Amino acid sequence: MSFRTPLGRARGLGSAKQGTGHWLAQRFTAVALIPLTLWFVISVMIYMRADYVTVLSWLHSPVVAVLLVLLVATLYYHAYLGLQVIIEDYVHDEWLKVSSLVLCKFICILLAAAGIFAVLRIAFGG
Amino acid sequence: MATDNRPLSPHLGIYRWQISMTMSILHRLTGIWLALGTLALIYWLIAAAAGPDTYAVAHTLFGSWIGQILMWTWTFCIFYHLCNGIRHLFWDAGQGFEIRTFYITGYSVWIISCGLTVFAILFAYTLGGSP
Repeated sequence: MSFRTPLGRARGLGSAKQGTGHWLAQRFTAVALIPLTLWFVISVMIYMRADYVTVLSWLHSPVVAVLLVLLVATLYYHAYLGLQVIIEDYVHDEWLKVSSLVLCKFICILLAAAGIFAVLRIAFGG
Repeated sequence: MATDNRPLSPHLGIYRWQISMTMSILHRLTGIWLALGTLALIYWLIAAAAGPDTYAVAHTLFGSWIGQILMWTWTFCIFYHLCNGIRHLFWDAGQGFEIRTFYITGYSVWIISCGLTVFAILFAYTLGGSP
């Protein structure tokens, strides 16, 4: 049973009943990013001074393309969840907080879409 | 809103410095810096998709001294955030809260992430870099 008055709940203080989902999503993406990040860092170490043709032939590989799409998507999901918590913790002005959160989400989705598009364009391109 | 004069905790002003504080703050700072670093990743992917001329510009930028410094800061941040993130996952599973274990894993994160960063730099400038 609830000890809270309807007015208290309506004012939006207290749990929004979405904390567990956020918490779990942050952990799932974290676990997924362990192998993805290690693979990417090792790849960069190997290919960082390679010429364009070598890098492109690497990016043409289906395995690399799929892993990069997963990396970009998971990375931005995880980054948004983390940045969201930081904004919620430190930005106390309601308008500034909400607009920062919306802007942050838009930028993350924009960059993820651009990155995935670039990977697919190379993978499907000539 | 009734949130105005609620008590704040912890009271950072009266805390003695502890390694756990530094590591927790650094986890967030490295997270923010890595989020900004994703811009470099997306720029690199777009440059590769755009063609050899655009890629050559990106290659020069990443190869410049400022590009190299940025890359190595991100390398350290990746390893730190990764190692300390794994430490966080163990805490989430209820492990590693004993004070001794807490300090051992804390210093281990420092040693491993610094070691991996140095290894990555040495590898990239000697054996790796151009297959």
